[in-house]
Formats: sequence, structure tokens, C-alpha cells
Amino acid sequence: MLILAIESSCDETAVAVVKNKKEVLSSIVASQIDVHKEFGGVIPEVASRIHVENISYCVEQALTQANVTMEEIDAVAITQGPGLIGCLHVGVQAAKTLAFAYHKPLVPVHHLAGHIYANELVVDMKYPVLALVVSGGNSELVYMKNETSFEILGETQDDAIGEAYDKVARVLGLGYPGGPKIDKLAKEGNPICPLAKPKTQGKYDFSFSGLKSSVLQYVKRMERLGQTFEMADLAASFQECALDEIFDRVQKVLNDYPDIQHFVVGGGVSANSRLREKIEELKPKYPQVTFTVPPMSCCTDNAAMIGVAGTIAYMSGRRGDASLTADSGMEIQ
Amino acid sequence: MKIEIHSLQETQEFAKKMADLCKDKQIVITLDGDLGAGKTTWTKAFGKALGVKGTINSPTFTILKSYKQGNGSPLHHIDAYRLEGASQDLGFEDCFDEGICVIEWSEFIEDQLPEDRIQMSIEEGMDEERIITIDATGSISQEIIGGLL
Repeated sequence: MLILAIESSCDETAVAVVKNKKEVLSSIVASQIDVHKEFGGVIPEVASRIHVENISYCVEQALTQANVTMEEIDAVAITQGPGLIGCLHVGVQAAKTLAFAYHKPLVPVHHLAGHIYANELVVDMKYPVLALVVSGGNSELVYMKNETSFEILGETQDDAIGEAYDKVARVLGLGYPGGPKIDKLAKEGNPICPLAKPKTQGKYDFSFSGLKSSVLQYVKRMERLGQTFEMADLAASFQECALDEIFDRVQKVLNDYPDIQHFVVGGGVSANSRLREKIEELKPKYPQVTFTVPPMSCCTDNAAMIGVAGTIAYMSGRRGDASLTADSGMEIQ
Repeated sequence: MKIEIHSLQETQEFAKKMADLCKDKQIVITLDGDLGAGKTTWTKAFGKALGVKGTINSPTFTILKSYKQGNGSPLHHIDAYRLEGASQDLGFEDCFDEGICVIEWSEFIEDQLPEDRIQMSIEEGMDEERIITIDATGSISQEIIGGLL
């Protein structure tokens, strides 16, 4: 089975061809990150315009590299949401056009489901699964009883973790994207700066807004007192605090749900080196659980993951019709 | 109008009072304040008092998040933080024409804002102390904040 998949929910215009759920025949990603750097974040105006410029080229490249024609494709999978509405529209419109012009089924996919299913590219997921999705727009703990059921156990009550990294990096003058910069700087420092521990009501929920404010207040206080501090120490303190928040919740879920067979990670923040270390530290504590952190190429936004999700959704019978529109606040399915 | 707030609880109570006054109205509220001033805290309490179910979290990444109030009309939460330097009309007028809109970092879309709106800013003091400044710029907004007196 051949799926053509399109993803345009944020920075990347991406198109892939995936064969039989697991084999990536091509995966084209046209990144916009250089354009965004200058603004310190994603500008939707820039983003949607560039998606328009990129999309036809990406589709053509994906088919060429996979050495297949549109006629051979079985279905077109598309990220319907969530994301930046202007960007999503570009991908949805392209997918609909292709699907109807070539009389192919259209399969709408949730972006977050794509991040989770990306793990299928490197391992066979064993259910029940606990998935941690951490990115610029997401911080969620998702429990999957089986391949097509999603239960959000915990989510951020304010900022996503990647957003907190970006905002803290901006406060510290480190530039965009903030994640890799803080991760690198943190390696040279020690977590010795006192920062406020995040507080949440829900047992498995996250909060990063207070931590971000705490970093800002620390900088202001030191300035007021005329004291100096090492930026690397502050970066390390922030990173440790933010990741402790994540792993505290992960452990709570793993303790409360002993039926979980497999722990998987998705989203761009899983590139973080300290996060990967902390997962290694978890392994001996839960010998009955398989831990998978897919390679970076699967973690950031790409269309191969949408191809995998699209294959699973196609097999389960999900279809979109002519009325399909982008849904920026889509619920996971 | 200036309002002094001395605790997190008072911030939430004030948000509830504003929600009671805005309920069933069509109004845009701009919400300014530094990172950490309490814009998110205020909006969460405001939304909850309007009957929004589920989590209200940061719209920074998607720019706009929309919720349903208890009375069925929408609550739009816009964060223009990432629109600094952008100049495209993103069609926010559609949001302004229905229900209640809370806009953070509104200075980046100032030319698109409706004339009649409530302007709120939260200024950070020590610990949980805040000074909230509220202004009305037209007849509908004046009528709403008149209820605070």
C-alpha cells in the first residue's frame, strides 16, 4: 500500500511517500527556519506564503524520489490539525486537489497522532502505549489502550515546553530556536540557580509559564542587587526544572498504569540531550516497559509520520470528503 | 481606572467579576503586561467564569485558540506575540464580530483592533501584588466597565 502524505502545520512544508506503513520511500522537508530566525519565532504570514511556494515542488520531489506516480498511490493523507490555520489550509487544499484529481481517498490525520506513530518507523509499538509528545506547541501525555484509541492523561496548563524554551532563550538573548541553544549552554553550567517549582492542579498536567517567569525574575533580581551570574548555570537550572516537571509526571503515570507495555516519545523537544539521558535513567526502574526514542529525523515535523498515521487511519476506514477543512484546534483521534 | 490586587485569589475574583459583566456581550479585551505579569492566570480564570470547559492554555504557537462559553457563544484567545514585524491581515475581524475576544500582545496587530474595546494592563509589583489598569474606548466598553464602579 502506498500513501502520499502532506504536512504543513507549522514551520515545515513536508511531503512523503510511505509504503506498507513502515517503509519511507521518500520524505521531503522544506524548512523555513532561516526565515523565522530573524523574528524570534514563527510568523504565520511568512509561513503560509512559503508553504504555497514550496508545496508543488515537494509533492513532485516526493514522487520522483520514491519512483512512483500519482496513479500508483492508494490514498492521500493530510494533517488536518492542530496548527497554524493559514499553514494548515495550504496542505489541506493541496491534498484535496490531488485526491480529487486522481480519484484517490483522502485521509485526515491529527498532527499529534503522527508524532506518536512515527515510532512505528523504528519499532513495533506494543499496546497499551504511553506517549510523551513534547514540541513548540505540545506537551502531552497520551495513553493508548490500542492502536486507534487516544486518551490525554495530562497536558500543559499554560505554555508548551518548547515555547518555554523559546521564550527563556529570548529573555537570555540566545536566539531562535531556543531548545538547542539552551541545551548546549546548559552542558557548561550547573543547576544551582533557585527557580520556582511549577504548580499544577491535575495529577499528570504540566505547567511551564511560572518557571519562565521565575527565570525572568531571577535575572531582574540579580540586576537589581548588582550581582553577576553565569548564563550557563541559569540555562542548566531552567532545563533541569522543566525536565523534572516532565519526568515526575511520566513516573506517576508509569506507576499508576502498570499495564503500560511501551513508552514512546515524539516532537522536536525529544532532540534534547538531557531529556534523552533522563529516559536512559528511567529504563532500569521499569524493566517491564520498552522505551523508544526515535531518531531525530522522525521526531521533528515531517510527512513520513503523517504517512504512517495515514496508513493506520486508512486501514481503520477513516476518510475525508470535499467538505474537509483545516481545524486549528482539532481534538486528537 | 486602577485596581490594586494583593493576591492570586484576588486576581481570580476580579476575573470573575469581569466575566459577569461581559457575559452575553460582544466585546474585545486587550490584555497587556510583561512575561510573568499574570495574563495567562487572568485569562484562565476569566474563561472558567464564562463557563468554558476544558483547559485554556497558551495560544502562542497557534496564535488563536477558540473556546465555547457556557452560553454557547465563542471565547477567542489570541496571542500576537509571534506576529511582531508581520504585516498581513490574518482575518481577526471574524473573531471580533462574535462573542468575546481576549488579545495578548495586541500592539502587534493594533491597526486591526476594533475602536470600541476594553484595554487592560497588568503591572507587576512585589510577589503577588498587581496593579490592573482598565480603560474603555467606546460606548459598549464604557457600559461594561461602568459595572466595576
